Amino acid sequence: MMKYLSAFCLILTMSLGALSVAVDEKPLADPVKEAQARELMKEIRCLVCQNQSIEDSNAELARDLRAIVRERIALGDSPDNVRAYLVDRYGDWVLLRPPVKTSTYFLWASPFLVVLIIALLLINRNRQAAAPAPLSDAEKEQLKALLEREP
Amino acid sequence: MNRFLPLAIAGLLVVLFLGMMLSDRNPQEIDSVLIGRPAPAFSLSSLADGAPALTEADLKTGEPLLVNFFASWCVPCRAEHESLMELAGRYRVPVIGIAYKNERDKAIGFLNELGNPFSKTGLDLDGRVGIDWGVSGVPETFLLDGDGVIRYRHWGPIVGDSLEARLLPELEALR
Repeated sequence: MMKYLSAFCLILTMSLGALSVAVDEKPLADPVKEAQARELMKEIRCLVCQNQSIEDSNAELARDLRAIVRERIALGDSPDNVRAYLVDRYGDWVLLRPPVKTSTYFLWASPFLVVLIIALLLINRNRQAAAPAPLSDAEKEQLKALLEREP
Repeated sequence: MNRFLPLAIAGLLVVLFLGMMLSDRNPQEIDSVLIGRPAPAFSLSSLADGAPALTEADLKTGEPLLVNFFASWCVPCRAEHESLMELAGRYRVPVIGIAYKNERDKAIGFLNELGNPFSKTGLDLDGRVGIDWGVSGVPETFLLDGDGVIRYRHWGPIVGDSLEARLLPELEALR
C-alpha cells in the first residue's frame, strides 16, 4: 500500500512540471484558436528578457502580452493582425523572426554572402595552384643550361 | 596580399568591437516606434480625489510636456524622482505621471513620501496603456511637443548625467 502511495506521490510531483507554465492563465475554449495563439506566442519576443519568446518567459509583461494575443485571437483577429498590433507598439524587434524588407536585406543575404566569399577565395586559390606563372626568358636560359649540362 | 588578409580581418574586428564597446548604447534599449506619432488614445482615472480622468487630450497643451510611467514598487523610479522634481520645479516642464501596474493607495503613498512632481496623474492598473505606448518596463519617460506628438523617449531612469546630456537638449529643441 505504502509503495503505491509513494509511487503515486512521485508521479504527481513529477507531472507538476508540465503544469508549471502559465498556471494562472486560462487557455481559450476553442482548441483550434488556442493552438493558433500558442504558435504565435512562440514568435513574439519578450521585451524584458529579450532572447526568450513570450511563450516561455515568466516576466509580467510577457504574461500581459500572452493575454493580449489570446484576446485578439479570440476576437477573430488573424495571426498577421496580432503581429501588426504588436509591431505597431514595439517595432519589428518584437518579432523573433525579422521580416524581409529593405532594411533587413543585408541581414538575410549575409549567410549567402559569406558562402559566396569563401567559394570565391577557394576557386582563386585552386586556380593559382593549377597554373604556375610561365617562365621568364632568363629562367628559360637557365633551364636550358641545366638540361644541356653534361652529367 | 593574402599574407595581410588575416591581419586585416583581425584589425577590422578590433575596430568593430571597440566601436561597440565605446558607443553609449544600451542593448536593452530599443528605439521606440512611437517617435513622431501622436500619443495613443487612452482614458485613465486620476490618483487625485475628484479629479477628471486623464486622456490624450490632456497632452495637447501647446507647450512641450513629459509623460512619466512610474510605480511605487520600482526602485529605479525612486532613484529618478529627484530629476522629475527638478524638471517640474526648476525647468518648469509639466510632468504627467502614469502609475503603471500599481495599486492606487501605494502610488499615492509613493508621491506623499517623495513629493509630487506631477501636474496630472493617471492610474494604469492593468498596464494596457503602457503596452499601447510600447513601454517594456518602468520608468520610461516620453517627451511630447505642443501638438501632443511624441518626440523623444527616455528609456530607464533619468539619473546621472542623462538629464543634462540627453533629456534637456531634446526639451530645449522643442521650446
